Amino acid sequence: MAKKKTIDWALAPAPENKDHITIKPQYELFIGGKWVKPKSGKYFDTINPANEQKLARIAEANEADVDAAVKAARKAYQGPWGKMPASERAKYIYRIARLMQEKARELAVIESMDGGKAIRESRDIDIPLAAAHFFYYAGWADKISYAFPGKQTSPLGVAGQVIPWNFPLLMASWKLAPALACGNTVVLKPAETTPLTALKLAEIIQEADLPEGVVNIVTGAGATGAAVVNHPDVNKVAFTGSTNVGKLIQRSTAGSGKKLTLELGGKAANIIFADATIDQAVEGIVNGIYFNQGHVCCAGSRLYVEEAVYDEVLRKLKHRMNSLVVGDPLDKNTDIGAINSKEQLGTINKYLKIGQEEGSDMFQPTCDLPSKGFWCPPTLFTNVAQSARISQEEIFGPVLAVQTFRTMDEVLQKANNTPYGLSAGVWTDKGSKIFNMTTKLRAGVIWANTFNKFDPTSPFGGYKESGYGREGGVHGLGAYLNLN
Amino acid sequence: MAKTATKPTSPSAKAEKPAHNGHDTTVAAKKAERLPVMKTYKIFIGGKFPRTESGRYYQPKDADGKPLANICRGSRKDIRNSVVAARKAVGDWANRSAFNRGQILYRIGEMLEGRSAQFVHELELHGATRKHAEAEVSAAIDCWIYYAGWCDKYQAIFSSVNPTNSSHFNFSVQEPTGVVGLMAPSTSGLIGLVSTVAPIIAGGNTAVVVASEDHPLPAVTFAEVLATSDLPGGVVNLITGLRSELLKPLITHMDINAVVCADPTKEEKQMLDTEAATNMKRLVVPKVKDWMQEEGRTPYMILDTQEVKTTWHPIERGQGGGGGY
Repeated sequence: MAKKKTIDWALAPAPENKDHITIKPQYELFIGGKWVKPKSGKYFDTINPANEQKLARIAEANEADVDAAVKAARKAYQGPWGKMPASERAKYIYRIARLMQEKARELAVIESMDGGKAIRESRDIDIPLAAAHFFYYAGWADKISYAFPGKQTSPLGVAGQVIPWNFPLLMASWKLAPALACGNTVVLKPAETTPLTALKLAEIIQEADLPEGVVNIVTGAGATGAAVVNHPDVNKVAFTGSTNVGKLIQRSTAGSGKKLTLELGGKAANIIFADATIDQAVEGIVNGIYFNQGHVCCAGSRLYVEEAVYDEVLRKLKHRMNSLVVGDPLDKNTDIGAINSKEQLGTINKYLKIGQEEGSDMFQPTCDLPSKGFWCPPTLFTNVAQSARISQEEIFGPVLAVQTFRTMDEVLQKANNTPYGLSAGVWTDKGSKIFNMTTKLRAGVIWANTFNKFDPTSPFGGYKESGYGREGGVHGLGAYLNLN
Repeated sequence: MAKTATKPTSPSAKAEKPAHNGHDTTVAAKKAERLPVMKTYKIFIGGKFPRTESGRYYQPKDADGKPLANICRGSRKDIRNSVVAARKAVGDWANRSAFNRGQILYRIGEMLEGRSAQFVHELELHGATRKHAEAEVSAAIDCWIYYAGWCDKYQAIFSSVNPTNSSHFNFSVQEPTGVVGLMAPSTSGLIGLVSTVAPIIAGGNTAVVVASEDHPLPAVTFAEVLATSDLPGGVVNLITGLRSELLKPLITHMDINAVVCADPTKEEKQMLDTEAATNMKRLVVPKVKDWMQEEGRTPYMILDTQEVKTTWHPIERGQGGGGGY
């Protein structure tokens, strides 16, 4: 780092202001359009992972609370929401989108405080995309018949949705917007480490005057999620999270007839050919794995570099890693924020140890980490075997496993040699090579000469053990409809 | 078993009650000139017709409860061998042009037409009336023509170009999921089978098929049609045997990507849901009640064993030229 030299090139702090945001000291459950104290009588704290300070007390929903939420959702489905013309339903969803845009700055700051992600990302990616998702699906509400030629469609009923902590508000919108547009009502459970923006969204939903019970938000941990998923009056279960929990959910709902969509883990290959524009590719590698601290199911965590450019790519990549700013998520210069939780930091550190024990070489840039909070510098491993655990298992942190290849067939085989199939990346300047790769990589989202791009119009979801069903685009509607 | 028999020459042959063992003894009985050659019903793996590796057999019964033939009672090992063949075949089949797949599916229809008399006969052996058997064979032929036509069309209807809010070209298109296990409908020997196999292979998947336990004769004969239809070996593999033995190996196999199971019981459905989670198999339960009706033929059945792949690429935006307009 440049600190010891005569000129200090370090960036001046540029912290985002917090004086415009409102976080209540305590949040209840949002059921039937009202804030309801939990029947469990229990609360838990949500903290800022960048400084371990408590942000708020959050109600913990038990089975009885979830039951009340499902009943409220059923009542709304049988009542005002089910009877409303689709064009009116659309206008409610548009309202939510607009209110999110109006409150975007507050939502971004809270998202970064509660989850640890850099404000640059929550401000420019999470929150605008979340609002755009509502805006996009609002428009579908009265146009669904055009999406399924030759079929009659109908809503499913009550959807139970369980979302992860890596993109809290964005995942809430990926779940809620299509469900509502298709005419369903919802019980949503946000992740226990990042409940705040979903609860702010509940305030927006109140402000939008959405009929009571159309959206219910129950906070809690795994047991709350299980209660949502296993409630007998839920018609549809949508889950985003780990492949292990996804399998548990599929087994626990077996034979219930509930429609299920799962967006699970990944171990994406990011493939750099010698004829790629290397500087852009290096940016793509960084964005692929260090975006959102690597807490991304579609992260490009396996890097494959064509041998001819391996030295150049590694040299430039390490140089670039040295310039990444790790630290205060609310600082606008920060590239890599805090790891979401102590537990997740433990998982990442476990894999750093495994990687070294398995004989791979670890590289981390030297950087000062804050004394409090949960932190992991950007990390890469070289000399990684195809069978190494760090190249087979999802780490969900800023950890990159680097391998090399000589031919297209070789890299295709290596890239596809995984039980996952969520995403992949290809970097080359040759068009026909791009299409050869993109058609043969077995994954649901392929980025060519780009990585980690998302859009409401663009279907997202996995092959193989990365789950099934799509979120986003016209194909995202199918998850929330009966086709007859 | 030493009966004099030969096969009827056309579906319009005089309707007389067919005899057992998959052979029509009536016509030849009158001639009684020579000893007929009986057909051995075998399974179909990788384009070849082996016997089940288990060496076992079972005897499906006709409407009067009399045994029809000695049918291979397939095993888990047969399933596994079929999966190996299907996995080996899927890369080539999926990468063939949609036009070529359409040609081959059409050819299957042609071959079926040419052997329709044999299918009518076997359906009758399984208890169908002549009228129903003829209608079922006609529907089965037409089914192949229907799906042959979809091969190069369903992606055009169900894919999308997605107008993203950033400078990218972005499109989503269907791809085959890979190797598909199929438990064919048990109530119908032919139309249920072809109506479920055709959409799987029309979409570029390969299939490991378990035939109807009670109506296996036309299924095995259908495999012979496939073997003479330019369909590459391994694209469809067909095993006969007991549903109670073969459903679980199908759903638990780690190299099968999806399972289509017709008419599962409540217990079977519970088991399928649970076991499918092991490798996140796609599980498809067709809602079709009567495969003879129009509901049994829809491009949505092709989509059931497809994945949607979304591809992104940046677009370089120049500033000049008035945006091309």
